[in-house]
Amino acid sequence: MSVELDVFVGNTTIMDKEVYQLWLNGYTVNDAVKVRIEGGVMEECEASAEVLLSDTMDQYRTFQMCERLLHHPAKLANQLLFQIPPDRQAMLIERYYAFDDSFVREVLGKKLSKGTKKDLDDVSLKTGITLKSCRRQFDNFKRVFKVVEELKGPLVENIRQHFLLPDQLARDYAAIVFFANNRFETGKKKLLYLTFQDFAFCAGQLINNWTVGAVDNMMEDMDVDLDKEFLQDLKDLKILITDKDLLDQHKSLVCTALRGKTNVFNEMEANFKNLSRGLVNIAAKLINAKDVRDFFIDLVEKFIEPCRSDKWTSIDVNLYLTHYTNSAHILDTFKYYAVWTRYMGVIKSCILRMYHD
Amino acid sequence: MPGKLKAKIVAGRHLPIMDRASDLTDAFVEVKFGNTTFKTDVYPKSLNPQWNSEWFKFEVDDEDLQDEPLQITVLDHDTYSANDAIGKVYIDIDPLLCSEAATVISGWLPIYDTIHGIRGEINVLVKVDLFNDLNRFRQSSCGVKFFCTTSIPRCYRAVMVHGFVEELVVNEDPEYQWIDRIRTPRASNEARQRLIFLMSGELQRKIGLKVLEMGGNAVVGYLQCFDLEGESGLVVRAIGTACTLEKISSTLPATATHPSNSSPSKDMKEPGFGEEAPGVPLSSGPPTPLRAQTFSSFSPSKSYSRQSSSSDTELSLTPKTVGIFLFPSTPTLESESSPLPSAHLPRHLWPGMASRSTTPPPLRLSKSDTAILRKSVSFSEELLLAASGMGSGGSAGKEAGPLKALLRQQTQSALEQRRVSSSSEAFVRTGEYPFFPLTAFPPGFLLHVGGVVSARSVKLLDRIHNPDEPETRDAWWEEIRQEIKSHAKALGCQAVVGYSESTSICEEVCILSASGTAAILSSRFMQDGPLDTEHRLSRQPLCVFSTGSERVEGDMGSSASLGFEEVVSPGCGFCHIPYDELNIPFPAQLTYCYCCRRYKVPDVLFTTIDLPTEANVTGKGCLIQARLCRTKKKAQGEGNATVISNLLPFLEYELHTQLMNKLKLRGMNALFGLRIQISIGETMLLGLASATGVYLTALPSPGGIQIAGKTPSDITYEQHISNMQKKINDTIAKNKELYEINPPEVVEEIIGSPIPEPRQRSRLFRSQSESSDEVSELDLSHGKKDAFVLEIDDTDAVEDIHALLTDFPTPAGFYSCNTEIMPGIQNWTSAIQMFTSVRVFRLNASLTSQGLNKIFSDLCENLLKSLYFKLRSMVPCCLCHLNFTVAIPEDELIQVAVTAVAMSFDKEQLLENGKQSGEKTLIKAITENDEQLQFNLELNAETPSPNPLSSPKGLSEVGSHLSARALSVDYSSFADRCSSWIEQLKLKAHTIRRGSVKTTSSMEKASPLPEGRSRSLRSNRSYSGSSVAVVKMTPLSFIPGAKIIKYLGIINMFFIRETTSLREEGGVSGFLHTFIAEVFAMVRAHVAALGGNAVVSYSMKECVFMENPNKNQAQCLINVSGDAVIFVRESELESTSVQTQSATTHTSNGAEGT
Repeated sequence: MSVELDVFVGNTTIMDKEVYQLWLNGYTVNDAVKVRIEGGVMEECEASAEVLLSDTMDQYRTFQMCERLLHHPAKLANQLLFQIPPDRQAMLIERYYAFDDSFVREVLGKKLSKGTKKDLDDVSLKTGITLKSCRRQFDNFKRVFKVVEELKGPLVENIRQHFLLPDQLARDYAAIVFFANNRFETGKKKLLYLTFQDFAFCAGQLINNWTVGAVDNMMEDMDVDLDKEFLQDLKDLKILITDKDLLDQHKSLVCTALRGKTNVFNEMEANFKNLSRGLVNIAAKLINAKDVRDFFIDLVEKFIEPCRSDKWTSIDVNLYLTHYTNSAHILDTFKYYAVWTRYMGVIKSCILRMYHD
Repeated sequence: MPGKLKAKIVAGRHLPIMDRASDLTDAFVEVKFGNTTFKTDVYPKSLNPQWNSEWFKFEVDDEDLQDEPLQITVLDHDTYSANDAIGKVYIDIDPLLCSEAATVISGWLPIYDTIHGIRGEINVLVKVDLFNDLNRFRQSSCGVKFFCTTSIPRCYRAVMVHGFVEELVVNEDPEYQWIDRIRTPRASNEARQRLIFLMSGELQRKIGLKVLEMGGNAVVGYLQCFDLEGESGLVVRAIGTACTLEKISSTLPATATHPSNSSPSKDMKEPGFGEEAPGVPLSSGPPTPLRAQTFSSFSPSKSYSRQSSSSDTELSLTPKTVGIFLFPSTPTLESESSPLPSAHLPRHLWPGMASRSTTPPPLRLSKSDTAILRKSVSFSEELLLAASGMGSGGSAGKEAGPLKALLRQQTQSALEQRRVSSSSEAFVRTGEYPFFPLTAFPPGFLLHVGGVVSARSVKLLDRIHNPDEPETRDAWWEEIRQEIKSHAKALGCQAVVGYSESTSICEEVCILSASGTAAILSSRFMQDGPLDTEHRLSRQPLCVFSTGSERVEGDMGSSASLGFEEVVSPGCGFCHIPYDELNIPFPAQLTYCYCCRRYKVPDVLFTTIDLPTEANVTGKGCLIQARLCRTKKKAQGEGNATVISNLLPFLEYELHTQLMNKLKLRGMNALFGLRIQISIGETMLLGLASATGVYLTALPSPGGIQIAGKTPSDITYEQHISNMQKKINDTIAKNKELYEINPPEVVEEIIGSPIPEPRQRSRLFRSQSESSDEVSELDLSHGKKDAFVLEIDDTDAVEDIHALLTDFPTPAGFYSCNTEIMPGIQNWTSAIQMFTSVRVFRLNASLTSQGLNKIFSDLCENLLKSLYFKLRSMVPCCLCHLNFTVAIPEDELIQVAVTAVAMSFDKEQLLENGKQSGEKTLIKAITENDEQLQFNLELNAETPSPNPLSSPKGLSEVGSHLSARALSVDYSSFADRCSSWIEQLKLKAHTIRRGSVKTTSSMEKASPLPEGRSRSLRSNRSYSGSSVAVVKMTPLSFIPGAKIIKYLGIINMFFIRETTSLREEGGVSGFLHTFIAEVFAMVRAHVAALGGNAVVSYSMKECVFMENPNKNQAQCLINVSGDAVIFVRESELESTSVQTQSATTHTSNGAEGT
């Protein structure tokens, strides 16, 4: 004796947010039922475990049928199969495309390839997120990447329109796509202290300032690649460290401005040349794709770590970088103001964001 | 060529990938109607093709327009191999044929394939230009409106109710044809779908013809069913009530100022022209040439020849014309006088005279129906002939010659009746069966209700040899209807309302069932009091018998009925017995009506209709189900039929026992919407009776249930029994509280009733059975307390009582009923949720009947529980129109399908409501108690509704202080509950508000999309920002908080879905889930394309599911129907002056959807 078939179809599709979340989290039907029982929904509604199981199965089935549509969220609005109120549609999409920070940290900057997908079981083990959920998140990244990759125009806007995501989520996806495209290294031990939101912030800076779209919205190029011309121009900044006079002049300008304003002035003065060399070298190397990948590692190794070992506070770092950037403008023989500002603006905000424990 | 059908294929979207290499599709479309096919160009390499075709025009007979669907096939072009079909769309163009319904079909329709399901959508435009049809001999019935709704549709007024119409057509089932062995499943499914489309079109046309014959312009309560008889064929049958409807439209002054005292001919002009003419598209352009054409064929001889050449029906048409045209002539004349209550009886209508003097003008103008209008020119002369023939002694029918048998019969009986009936009588017409599938009636229409009448018969199916002559099936139904009629007669009733027919088929055995409620109707609306002559005569003595006392028979003619209505209050009148109390057809316990104290009422009333709105009800109602499962021996053919017919009476008897017990357990005394379904399988019989129990104030309070043991020797046994007795008493008390049943205590005064029988018999039901397969359903027991005794003499009985007590009480905040409305709840919010739930249960071992019973009962209970859980977010809500369907698809499988609507209601309003009904009882209790008055004020600022019944009741009541106290206690607890609900409501209102905010923001987000798209998206991706129009669906005839402003036509769709990859589609549940969702989607899409925003009176009439998991296969057939409508929210209605405009814009902006 068994229930062979059990379906419930409403004219307006009924979806329980809680069950949806359980489904997204990759719970099996039985596990989901357990969670729901523990949640106390049974007492609330005088239901039995049997009823709960039937309801959960039904909802899971509905979600599975919807999943196909969720892959192309725009379709959800004009499909005819399910009658879902617009606010529900938005909820479905938003939650489907939501991801775990701990998961994304594992794959950020990795190539979104079959190989990476194969390694997801390791990721699942490590993060404690179910493999199913890992796969969904990974596939979301990949899907967004594939669609947006070839689109012209602003990346965030493209993602938002194509996947009907809320602004913040679209920005996060932009970061993921940007990282995947440029293959930034994020998994090294030294970078592990950084959260996804740190990287997302930096990605936002890079997208907004260093890509082609950043200067000219109407360009026929895309937002996902760094502006090659700009990278080329960055090589010119080398003069700041190769020209001895310029370097000294820069140092004295910065030191004058900083004197008396910080407790770590001595360390700053002592380290100036080192730090400046580090930052300018990073700039000069960015033309090589391989060095682009190491951008964050370099920032940490060449700037953040030395500062941290000298116990700078983030206020100190801010002060230092502000004056470091501004002083260059006063240098008489230095002409690359535009490039310098464009470069340092991003570097400064990235470093400030990354400067924590 | 009376019609031009035009179709335009605009675009497609979301098409499936047909070419694996390019991941794209080269799609084109074939548009087929009848035998004509057009094709669009191939739109290469796109999943969103833009064909934008020319208008494809089909010039066709309107007969074909009614029968055939427009068939649109989407294909993938393949250069080297055969083109692959993507899917099909069948469009029923019937709604376009009626000027009052839709004018165009336009929108996105799902492309459906019987193997793959929905595969993208196609945007089409379909229009019909109808020309004036001047052919008198036409076989079409364009313009007759069809409604599934089983009451008078909301925006219409019934001018006249003509009576019962039925028809059936049969054919061979393509699935069982030899060719099915060699064709693909897809081809076979499509052949079947198409055939059923054709058959239902034909059926509808034929019914329409009958309606025209009767002089009506609409069919209400149209119920169409399929019998899949397997080898022996496929039967499509339908019943309905023919009516003359008139649109109520406040905007048109023509109808608003209905001239009341003008001559008939003048009178008729108003609805004829004033209302209809503007809506008729054809009256403007094309008719001129055509009219000329028919003028030429004006003489009778010419038109005959024309007919015989153009159609393949009978050659000798003369008599037929007579038959057809006679009928419309009289009713129209009459119909116009009937709206006037004073000019009640059409005495001026002897056809012979009438036709000469007044006929020509009314004929042209009277029918509020384009079809007739079209016909008018050629009409008048013919009618003169016909009428004169009739005047000469009513022999027209006999002269008729080769008429269809039925038609002749009708004519004849009608004529005879006319001769017999005196001039003071209402006209008696057609009316072979005074049946009405309607379940709700205009106030005053239903005078008395006798009780449920039903008939069943077991038949052995044989092959239908000649599809054109479905005589056997006709004869079968004929028998059953006759039986129903005689039962009604036995109950002293002239009519049967809430009438329905159904079948259950297993192998070659078929059970035909019909049931309804015997009733006496007011002759005000009908022109006939559809009695045949003998009936009337036979009734005469009965009448005489009772007129001596205070009773007056309702069908004695208008004056009598008017007089009757004067003294009877509408709230209890229908409960008064229609039969003569000294000549009761069964033992009954009669008491004087508890409302008016003047007429007798039974102690229990069972009906198949909805609760009349004017009825006095105490408390709330609830769904009551009796469930039964009986094993039976496997047998073949005749033997099987015998076994089944032997079992049936017992099954029905048991079901009634259960119903009665459960009714008493809930402290109620009447059942409405009773529907008994019996389903046969190879090794078992299933019976499911569903009804809504209520406490009718007019009926006596039901007694409790007492258990009596048979072996009192054993002490533990005694103990056991007293325990059970206590349980039962507790349950009754609890239920009374739950359903707020607090009838006033009334001093028992059973007048003129038989002495209460002190029987210790377990069941007091007596069935008056005239034949083995019929059980009269009026079961009567004592009105006295504790007179109902259950005797426990074996384990079966113990089980019975257990079963009685295991019914799961509805969780807090939920109510349920299987009728349209729930007494005591009126303040619905606009939140409605229609749903279908299907369960199939597999029984493994061979079980006893008791075990089976338990399983079956649990299955239903669990299903209900699941529904309550699913819909918990809508609390407080009521599940209305809970319609259970059971089937035994295979040995050891039980299938239960439920379709219903959950409707939220307002808690605060409920409070008010409760208070109102509370007031009623308060008034009835009439104790002038300070405490109560205070309570009254507290609850309510409104003045109590005047209750005419209060005073007589009160007199007998004064001083029953005890009951009043009990009452007030109960109310305070109720108020408590309400206040806690109010809390919940606030919460919910909050979330709703949040939700709506979100909605608008998402809309805003979506709106900039089209502008930004041009730049940022690739051009071949066409996404639209506009979402799909919301289409509401409900099995009820109304939408809460909204007004239906237009009926767009009937939706009647049949789909087959098959799969050969069951596991891949998620197993049986996944497969059926998808299919039902697809069916909903297709219904919604077609309604939206008609310009509608809701389907009312929706029902899933068939859901046949077959599986073969071993072969990884499954197949399912679903048939759904309903009325497509446009509604506007009442709030919107107030703000907009021009209703119709707002409605069309309202729906069109959604329906457009790029």
